[in-house]
Amino acid sequence: MQRQVALIKQSLFDQGYLDEQFMELEELQDDANPNFVEEVSALYFKDSARLINNIDQALERGSFDFNRLDSYMHQFKGSSTSIGASKVKAECTKFREYCRAGNAEGCLRTFQQLKKEHSTLRKKLEHYFQLARQAGPKETARRPK
Amino acid sequence: MTREELPNLAESKLTALVVDDNFVNQSIHQKLLARLGIQNDVVCNGKEAVDAHCSGRNYDLILMDMDMPIMNGIQATKRLREMGIESKIAGVTTRANEGEKKEFMEAGLNDFQEKPLTISKLLSILHKLDFYVQT
Repeated sequence: MQRQVALIKQSLFDQGYLDEQFMELEELQDDANPNFVEEVSALYFKDSARLINNIDQALERGSFDFNRLDSYMHQFKGSSTSIGASKVKAECTKFREYCRAGNAEGCLRTFQQLKKEHSTLRKKLEHYFQLARQAGPKETARRPK
Repeated sequence: MTREELPNLAESKLTALVVDDNFVNQSIHQKLLARLGIQNDVVCNGKEAVDAHCSGRNYDLILMDMDMPIMNGIQATKRLREMGIESKIAGVTTRANEGEKKEFMEAGLNDFQEKPLTISKLLSILHKLDFYVQT
């Protein structure tokens, strides 16, 4: 089971869903907070769901306030960077570039992709954490090769 | 640096204030500080940081985000310095172009690190600000 957990984590890195920052967070786990990364991830998905909702509403209104959209996405990118959500972060960057260019269609297209990546990451991490809890400590803190 | 090699600064009784509006970053920064044995509080924006100091609280180190609602990190840093607060303030932000960094530093920072904050970056801050001597 520990090996399965390690393989799943390796694949998350190999497929580019996560980057080094996720490992940094796992290194912070200790006996006092054995589920720290899972807790931070939960915070991230709660916060990012709120931001997605804000951006959805802003885009549905049809009036593209690029400054406001960029501000939301700046927050989204910040959180994504902090937990190592690499693909989500990349889409956030693209979206901000479209905002700066005033490209509404680019924003809409990128936002759809961002939501897909976000949802995929959420499912994969939920699966990973579930298995990691079943496996027990401590295969989780090793850097993947 | 392995977990076993991390310094424990609890004996030095350092205190820190995390100033950030993002809950994910708050959680991570608090954990980083706690891992090094540094007691810490958290506030959500620059105004709360200023209010905390007005109410008499004081900290050895302030980790200051730049983009925050109500009062941002630049405004808060300037205000704290105007108040005579001599705590070490480290700017921690995703904004890293030279112009933005310069503006933030000129507000009164002692150090600057680009997010995401890691143990290495935090130790670098502590070392640069003379809180920690690397052996």
